[in-house]
Amino acid sequence: MSYTTTEIWLIIAILAVGTFLIRFSFLGLIGDRPMPPLVLRLLRFTPVAVLPGMVAPLVLWPAATGGQPDPVRLIAAVATLAIGLWSRNVLWGIIGGAFVLYAGLGITALL
Amino acid sequence: MTTSTAKVATRRAYFDGIRDGLPFVFVVIPFSTLFGVVATDAGLTLAQAMGFTVLVIAGAAQFAALQMMMEDAAFALVLLAALAVNLRMAMYSASLVPYLGAAPMWQRALVAYLNFDQTYLTSVTRYEARPEMSVRERVQYFLGVATPITPFWYVMTLVGIYAGTAIPDAWALDFILPITFLAMVAPMLKSPAHIAAAAVSIIVALLLIGLPSGTGLLIAAFAAMITGAAVETWLENRA
Repeated sequence: MSYTTTEIWLIIAILAVGTFLIRFSFLGLIGDRPMPPLVLRLLRFTPVAVLPGMVAPLVLWPAATGGQPDPVRLIAAVATLAIGLWSRNVLWGIIGGAFVLYAGLGITALL
Repeated sequence: MTTSTAKVATRRAYFDGIRDGLPFVFVVIPFSTLFGVVATDAGLTLAQAMGFTVLVIAGAAQFAALQMMMEDAAFALVLLAALAVNLRMAMYSASLVPYLGAAPMWQRALVAYLNFDQTYLTSVTRYEARPEMSVRERVQYFLGVATPITPFWYVMTLVGIYAGTAIPDAWALDFILPITFLAMVAPMLKSPAHIAAAAVSIIVALLLIGLPSGTGLLIAAFAAMITGAAVETWLENRA
């Protein structure tokens, strides 16, 4: 890394302000003015529209294995999804997924 | 409702938020520690690493910035990459408007600072399930979710800075985050419209993987939102 101390602090400061402004944007500016029904309908799908696309590459091409698909991580991902669908509970999904991940890594280490 | 029962309900919402935020502590611990480790490894000072964690408070973007800095990318590119990763939060911000828009400005600013994946997703799921919540209760619930998560986010980066490379790769801390996101998204797949939106999100994001970080995801999310709304409208009209 070859940045000066000032440059690093500038990066941190700009990212801090920029990230806050992104988060504040609509919530800060629109306030309680009514939004059109179509926009509201679109916005209700925000979580389910963002998360799957964010996770898919992380699951298929994990950085930790140099971008190579990893069977253990794939199985852990499928298990998490299955447990989450079945239990409808975030915590069980995390616990189950982590359990499968570490069980899988443990077994591969032994083989 | 009398003032005192409203007060009780508001306090209750805050404690409910704490309870629902607690599980994410287990996710934040490895993720934040990892940032401290990687940042120190890359050559950031303690103050700089902590500056990222406390001021930017956005894990994925912090890692993106760090990655670009380790590659000695141009100043503007570091900023662009990290901010692009955070653009999804503009969508979060918009989607909170119907629920929190009426709250006082300072509360909206506070929520904005604490608006990251876990707080946003947990809160919005609750708001949807309980439309009768007052704006006050919603704000308290959001702050409740952030209460157990945020201190651990700060402190564990510090631990990571000191622990340094003592944490072995074999712990696979990298994969705790994808597991959390999957665990969060599974319960949300409650209608054909939601499933269709998720499918489009995955397909478009994978197709656009070559685009600069964050931009592909943004396009994928837009396409998925339109798909979800369209499928829902179509199913309603058919019924």
